[in-house]
Amino acid sequence: MTQMDYTRAVKYFLLQDFWQGFKLGMKYFFAPKATLNYPHEKGPLSPRFRGEHALRRYPNGEERCIACKLCEAVCPAQAITIDAEPRDDGSRRTTRYDIDMTKCIYCGFCQEACPVDAIVEGPNFEFSTETREELYYDKTKLLENGDRWEAEIARNLELDAPYR
Amino acid sequence: MVEFFTNTNLGIVLVILGQCLLVLVPLLVALAFLMYADRKVWAAVQMRKGPNMVGAFGLLQSFADFLKYIVKEIIVPAGADKFVFFLAPMIAFVLAVIAWAVIPFNDGWVLADINVAILYVFAISSLEVYGVIMGGWASNSKYPFLGSLRSAAQMISYEVSIGLIIVGVIISTGSLNFGDIVAAQDGNAGLFNWYWVAHFPMLFLFFISALAETNRPPFDLPEAESELVAGYQVEYSSTPFLLFMIGELMAVVLMCALTTLLFFGGWLSPVPFLPDGIFWMILKMSAVFFMFAMVKAITPRYRYDQLMRIGWKVFLPMSLAWVVLVSFLAKFEVLGGFWARWTMGG
Repeated sequence: MTQMDYTRAVKYFLLQDFWQGFKLGMKYFFAPKATLNYPHEKGPLSPRFRGEHALRRYPNGEERCIACKLCEAVCPAQAITIDAEPRDDGSRRTTRYDIDMTKCIYCGFCQEACPVDAIVEGPNFEFSTETREELYYDKTKLLENGDRWEAEIARNLELDAPYR
Repeated sequence: MVEFFTNTNLGIVLVILGQCLLVLVPLLVALAFLMYADRKVWAAVQMRKGPNMVGAFGLLQSFADFLKYIVKEIIVPAGADKFVFFLAPMIAFVLAVIAWAVIPFNDGWVLADINVAILYVFAISSLEVYGVIMGGWASNSKYPFLGSLRSAAQMISYEVSIGLIIVGVIISTGSLNFGDIVAAQDGNAGLFNWYWVAHFPMLFLFFISALAETNRPPFDLPEAESELVAGYQVEYSSTPFLLFMIGELMAVVLMCALTTLLFFGGWLSPVPFLPDGIFWMILKMSAVFFMFAMVKAITPRYRYDQLMRIGWKVFLPMSLAWVVLVSFLAKFEVLGGFWARWTMGG
């Protein structure tokens, strides 16, 4: 017959682990709660947060994108589609800039690749839609985003600039 | 007018119907808040806030959930036995409800004051396994079937030890009627007269068996999320799922009531100078329910072989030995009939 572990047996019948667990449970029962009431309270975001995309403009209103198509090339999910042709004033601009947000993996390569800080991923992450079609962003939508989030985006870029 | 309700058949039926509603409606409303309390306790232990959006402090959360279940679509899996598929949740619900017919909330406040009340409750709670088995089988799907198999084995195993624990209490009382069981626990010593002292180890055995019997964590193997998704409930949605859920919670509250009646003196006051009453019954049931909720929050799920080992190799011998011991203690009136209450003239 093998040696009985009496200590263990006594602990088993006295429900020792249960009482210990209960004590711990009660400790956390009265502990301050970590919950954020999400729609009313929000957690802090890093300046590097990669959220919804936006196309930025220069202060004079001219769009930054020069249709170099680096973002299109670097995009690992192939979510970006760009067409371009020279404008009447001779400058090279996009005629089409689409991002399929259902494909995008939010890696941030597009904003890394962009030589003029035109395409950026802003701080907005609350852009859910009820249909898929609404998530196929076109140039108008992206420029609108840029106008809407310009203040936040500019500040984030500034805050992150020393580390680049 | 009074004669109509006491002498005519229709009048008597109406009175009984009224009494049923008087028990059922507060019970179902209480259930909604108990479910809320359950979630709140669970959340608090995990340092969350729990439901707090619907109504003040989220108090109406259960009613919002109720509404959600009602308006959702009922999905019947292809190849399911439709009749049994819909019969199962109804059985689970109805059986959970009818057990309350014999549960007294105060001295004489009971729908059916029958002399074999505890046997009736035991029989009904044994039948409850049918809802689960039928639900799992009729779903025509693997996980529900495995879940219902587990549930059947588990509920049958733990009914044996629950039965033997109840036998000990019955021996001490000399009656199967809940009113008599509570009356037998009355005495000058207040809460030390209750059966939790006389049957001390059995209180824990009963509580743990009740957890297993009602498929609560840590014995929620029939619906083990990590293995069986949701066990026998996988294919259920909308109202049938709601019925299963209410039935399950109702069984839990029934076990709270049983624990209170058998071990904590029902509606008796814990101290002699305070009056007895339904207030104590509700307070004690809530306390037991709090323990149910805490256990859910702090224990990990048992493995199936562990569950069976505890049931058959620990609980069954212990409760059996206790029945024999109590029989001797009662027969020879040890401690002035502490285990033979009928000799104390109470």
